[in-house]
Amino acid sequence: MSDVRLIEIKEDILSDNAGLAEELRRRLREKKTFLLNLMSSPGSGKTSLILRTIEKLRDEFSIGVLEADIDSMVDAEKVASRGVQAVQLKTGGFCHLDAAMVRTGLDAFDLDGLDLVIIENVGNLVCPAEFDTGSTKNAMILSVPEGDDKPLKYPLMFSVCHALVVNKVDYLGLSDFSMELLRERVKKLNPDISLFEASCKTGQGIDGWTDWLAGEMRKHLK
Amino acid sequence: MHELPVTQSILDVVLRHAERHQVKKIHAINLAIGALSDLQDEWIQSYFDYIGKGTLAEGAKLKIERVPVVFRCRACAGEFEADVREMRDITCPTCGKGDLELVSGREYYIKSMEAE
Repeated sequence: MSDVRLIEIKEDILSDNAGLAEELRRRLREKKTFLLNLMSSPGSGKTSLILRTIEKLRDEFSIGVLEADIDSMVDAEKVASRGVQAVQLKTGGFCHLDAAMVRTGLDAFDLDGLDLVIIENVGNLVCPAEFDTGSTKNAMILSVPEGDDKPLKYPLMFSVCHALVVNKVDYLGLSDFSMELLRERVKKLNPDISLFEASCKTGQGIDGWTDWLAGEMRKHLK
Repeated sequence: MHELPVTQSILDVVLRHAERHQVKKIHAINLAIGALSDLQDEWIQSYFDYIGKGTLAEGAKLKIERVPVVFRCRACAGEFEADVREMRDITCPTCGKGDLELVSGREYYIKSMEAE
């Protein structure tokens, strides 16, 4: 006779990652370093937004960038040319960053001298949303050419972010993209999200985003 | 897309509990995964069949319960299920307001295992 019994487990599938992410957050609090996890699809403007953010905040804060773009040094080189510390993680085709990979990247920085580290996550609206990186805050970019229906297709991403930058607003009017409809869809999934309309190309609206980030950082560094 | 690392986590957690309960064989694993997750059930099972070989969990069936997306209305506190991919029309069925809070749908959870 087989004796099959039901054993309760009640554990999160990603509990190891969640535990490691909490450990990272503790370490970052001690070091007074703010970790921003920036996510979006490929080509929506992550590198451009990082460069704009550095431009605005570099006088007040010391900044590092953790690049996770798939096997390319291009982004790290662009960022390093602005005199900011950049570390390139070779994700080798992986679809997302997890807390262990972020820890490896952070070990390459001297956190004592850094107020802000920006993670440029892998360009993907699906997988990065599932994995806690240990970040202080999550932000995402949606660019106008991608369409206002993205919250319907990638709801998890929109629900885990604290801020959304709608980039390339200089393209508004060229398609049927509706800012109002987008805002409505996003707010239903995540009523507390801060939404910024911006163009990294023209510089329009960048201040709203950097003011939000600087405000969150001051709260964290207190 | 990332079913493999997720499946590895499931195996690790389950084997840890199996050792604690001095289990000889794991027959099934009961999971609760929120409807917002993009994980594919078939892929998780085939990865599991592959990485579980030679362990106590070899051949175990993954029983996946999809937890529906449930919203709570901030105006009237009523709760209701919704299909987020049809979200254009999501408003509270009781009071018609659209100020909503997500209650469930993001679960990623191992409930239990059937073992001897």
